[in-house]
Amino acid sequence: MKRPLIRDPWVQAALPPLLVGIVVLSLWEAACRGFAIPEYLFPAPSVIAASLVQNGPDLLRALWSTMRVTLIAFALSTVLGTLVAFLFVQSRFIERGFFPYAVMLQVTPVVAVAPLIIILVRDTQVALVICATIIAIFPMISNTTVGLRSVDPGLANLMRVYRASRMQTLLRLRIPSALGYFFAGLRISSGLALIGAVVAEFVAGTGGRSAGLAYEILQAGFQLDIPRMFAALSLITAAGILLFLAMSGLSRLALGSWGDPERV
Amino acid sequence: MMAALAHTAYPRAAQAEAASPAPERVMTTRPAANAAPAIEILSAEKVFADGTRGLAPVDLTVREGEFLSLIGPSGCGKSTLLSLVANLNEPSDGRLLWWRGGFDGVGAEGRRMSVVFQDATLMPWLRIASNVRLPLDLAGVRRAESAPRVQAALEGVGLGEKGRSYPRQLSGGMRMRAAIARGLVTEPNLLLMDEPFGALDEFTRNKLDADLVDLWWRRSLTVLFVTHSIYEAVFLSTRIVVMAARPGRIFAELTIDEPHPRGDAFRRSPCFAEYCQRLSALLTEASLASDPATTEAGA
Repeated sequence: MKRPLIRDPWVQAALPPLLVGIVVLSLWEAACRGFAIPEYLFPAPSVIAASLVQNGPDLLRALWSTMRVTLIAFALSTVLGTLVAFLFVQSRFIERGFFPYAVMLQVTPVVAVAPLIIILVRDTQVALVICATIIAIFPMISNTTVGLRSVDPGLANLMRVYRASRMQTLLRLRIPSALGYFFAGLRISSGLALIGAVVAEFVAGTGGRSAGLAYEILQAGFQLDIPRMFAALSLITAAGILLFLAMSGLSRLALGSWGDPERV
Repeated sequence: MMAALAHTAYPRAAQAEAASPAPERVMTTRPAANAAPAIEILSAEKVFADGTRGLAPVDLTVREGEFLSLIGPSGCGKSTLLSLVANLNEPSDGRLLWWRGGFDGVGAEGRRMSVVFQDATLMPWLRIASNVRLPLDLAGVRRAESAPRVQAALEGVGLGEKGRSYPRQLSGGMRMRAAIARGLVTEPNLLLMDEPFGALDEFTRNKLDADLVDLWWRRSLTVLFVTHSIYEAVFLSTRIVVMAARPGRIFAELTIDEPHPRGDAFRRSPCFAEYCQRLSALLTEASLASDPATTEAGA
């Protein structure tokens, strides 16, 4: 017996946002045409789509450039953030000593620090990666630290009763307990890495072959090519959504066996 | 044949009689009064960091083969006492002996100890079989050897078919059974249980109690059992220690001199009701003795 398509859970999940999107885009298109809003003020979706196709190669190259910075920064945040978290849980002294500085890193707006980093670091790409990492690393540190500390006291007692070694407790109890927090950290951090990369690009204003999407947006602004600006913007959004979905999928894959990762 | 109710009330907690039950009694139940001690609690005292006295000096001997229950009003230190025996906590003063030795000897042949906590404390990310295998894994037992033992332990608690399930897929009673299977998989000599069935409904609790007392009987276990329930204590125990609070101390002792195996017939018998009444009266006295107003007036 085949289920009707409308009852399929995937369709049920995708249908409402799809409908809302179509309605909004239609209204937007209709308003632009109906009120004859000029392209250079607020382009209609169809115009943006046309620009996306027309400037496709340039925009995709820019997208790749931004994504490369994002992904490197994200990978660095994950590795370094996790290492720092493991250090933090080794001793309260280390955590107390360093945590305020991790917070300092987090609360200082990257826009304010970026010019300094770009001056100090000769290679612009490296500077961009540093900026993005500074933003993205904090949720990895704090989430993984909380996760490694979030051990059920009953299970901790159980490990003591059975005389588990420090290593056994780490591998069999602490790391599994931390996974939920770790993956939540990954989701937040991936988004922040993208934000960091774009913000840093704005500040650096790098041109040439390694120009990112932020540079495209700046250039389009100077040239009053607003449809192109929107096209670049839509690519950044799409990249962000893609990252988020990838991280959600990864966490479901890893935690699927023991329940809803959102609840952890 | 009705066994006499043996009851000793202590004016103070630290009395040596606790260590030696009445010697002249004819035992219809195990253990013999002269059985070797499994646990000796020697003037163990616990003062918490905030200065409250969790336990006044307590003397208690748990003999091999006993099913000893600790019962008392909340705050009487029965869980604290159990955690001392489990070595999860250290006494502020006094000491404990495990099989006449230090804790280092625990775990050797004939001196194995397991703990079953108030909650099932299963790891949610492991299947039931892996949860039960945990103590063996930690001890470095090879899979080839541990797998049949895990299966046997699961079958022993009626969960033979559930090894591949995750804890969240089981009911509360089944999770508790799994925790007991984990406690038994190491083939312990001494089982410490801290209100293991407190969160379960009465029907499930009675069923698990019956299974537990059966297990204790068949395997010659020694059990130290913390409970809130008068009926549970009477049904299970060979000896019940009533504790009082402020400070936590031993208040009285009651021997349940009834033959094993015990079943529903015992639950329905007049002597069961008599034991329950006796224990209930002792608990009331213990609660009065634990009342801050009464104790301060007395002091």
